[in-house]
Amino acid sequence: MVMKKIIKCQPFLSIRVALILTCVVSFGGCQSLNSAGTLYNELGGKSGIERIMGEFLTALSRDEVLLKYFNGADVERFHAKFSELLCEVSDGPCEYAGRNMVDIHTGMQISEADFNHTVDLLVLAMNRADISHPVQNKLLARLAPMRADIIKR
Amino acid sequence: MVVDVRKRILKSLAISLIAVIPLAANAGGGKLLEAAGVSQMEGSGGGGLVPWATIAGYGTDEELAASIFTTRTDFQDYRFNAYGAAFSLYNRVELSLARQSFDIFNSPNEIEQTIVGAKARVAGDLIYSYWPQVSVGVQYKKLHDSAIAESLGARDSDTGVDAYVAFTKAHLAAAFGYNVLWDVTLRATKANQFGLLGFGGDDNDSYELMIEGAVAVLLSRHIAVGFEYRQKPDNLGFVEEDDAYDAFIAYIPNKHFNLAFAWAELGTMAGSEDQSGIYFSLTGYVW
Repeated sequence: MVMKKIIKCQPFLSIRVALILTCVVSFGGCQSLNSAGTLYNELGGKSGIERIMGEFLTALSRDEVLLKYFNGADVERFHAKFSELLCEVSDGPCEYAGRNMVDIHTGMQISEADFNHTVDLLVLAMNRADISHPVQNKLLARLAPMRADIIKR
Repeated sequence: MVVDVRKRILKSLAISLIAVIPLAANAGGGKLLEAAGVSQMEGSGGGGLVPWATIAGYGTDEELAASIFTTRTDFQDYRFNAYGAAFSLYNRVELSLARQSFDIFNSPNEIEQTIVGAKARVAGDLIYSYWPQVSVGVQYKKLHDSAIAESLGARDSDTGVDAYVAFTKAHLAAAFGYNVLWDVTLRATKANQFGLLGFGGDDNDSYELMIEGAVAVLLSRHIAVGFEYRQKPDNLGFVEEDDAYDAFIAYIPNKHFNLAFAWAELGTMAGSEDQSGIYFSLTGYVW
């Protein structure tokens, strides 16, 4: 598993190896060697994602534009599943077990503008959670391909 | 007389904008902050020197957008200024109007030109599609005074049309986590020095395909730095013409306005050699 990831990221091979070595040496072995040097770790792991989600939900709850999409939504479930999704796409130790993006968003008719507005709020949340600009972009890059399954459905 | 024409054009544009706006479901504002670009010296949405495939303004597929801009430059032997407006429909079509003035310090003459531009996005999305966003466009250029172009041997000292196809793509987190944008634009043109010295000449009077391009890195959501290059024809036997390039920094504080500063190299222009200087552009977003 570790080997697979090393091969996938050849340009950063030495950095990755160094990180894993540091991890092994300094902590006498890591709980999840798999996630060393992953985006998940760069986001601050479980607590980092929790912080982002907290800020994101706060921003969403105060947003008049997006409120209509959350009419009757189970906020607790949204919180749990979106956290799981962020964990999975950032190569964290989770597996997203929610419904697929098409099913969730069918009937919502989300416009391009409202999708982008949601991205803006996620960026705002990441800013407030002190996620650095490059790390924010890495997460957005992994979420961006889902757009086609989300908008205008 | 010239001022009258200009006023009339601007007035009719303003009236048509006002007429159309109430019909819009939404005024523009839905694009991501970095996705509008800045105003190109000929009025099109793009970089500063090169028109990009991006449609000016922050309108998405259900929105209209309008913007106004002014560009000031200062070179060793001349000053080039421009101002204008762009209007976009549904992130699909862009219409633009620009007025350029070119003031040569050691000459009493000021060359003025009006450019009407149209651009249509034919495929792709700057950020979300795998392939680049592709747009085609035209720039219709009308010189206000043909004397200088004529004296330098331009074959047409009145009007000219440029046509281009632009490919632009933003790659999220492409360089150590920073977003990278590139553009390649192919332009068919006969213009001498952007049209300011007329169209076609004694050395060449045919359309030629010129390559233009840009690369930019977005250092944050608000600051982009980059480089642009624009190949240009060399049609006039009497005065040499070089390719142009610039290094720029753009500051995009919000969706209401942005600023672009550049160091531009235009080479030999209208007989003055090694012209380089500063470039400043301000774009304001009205809707």
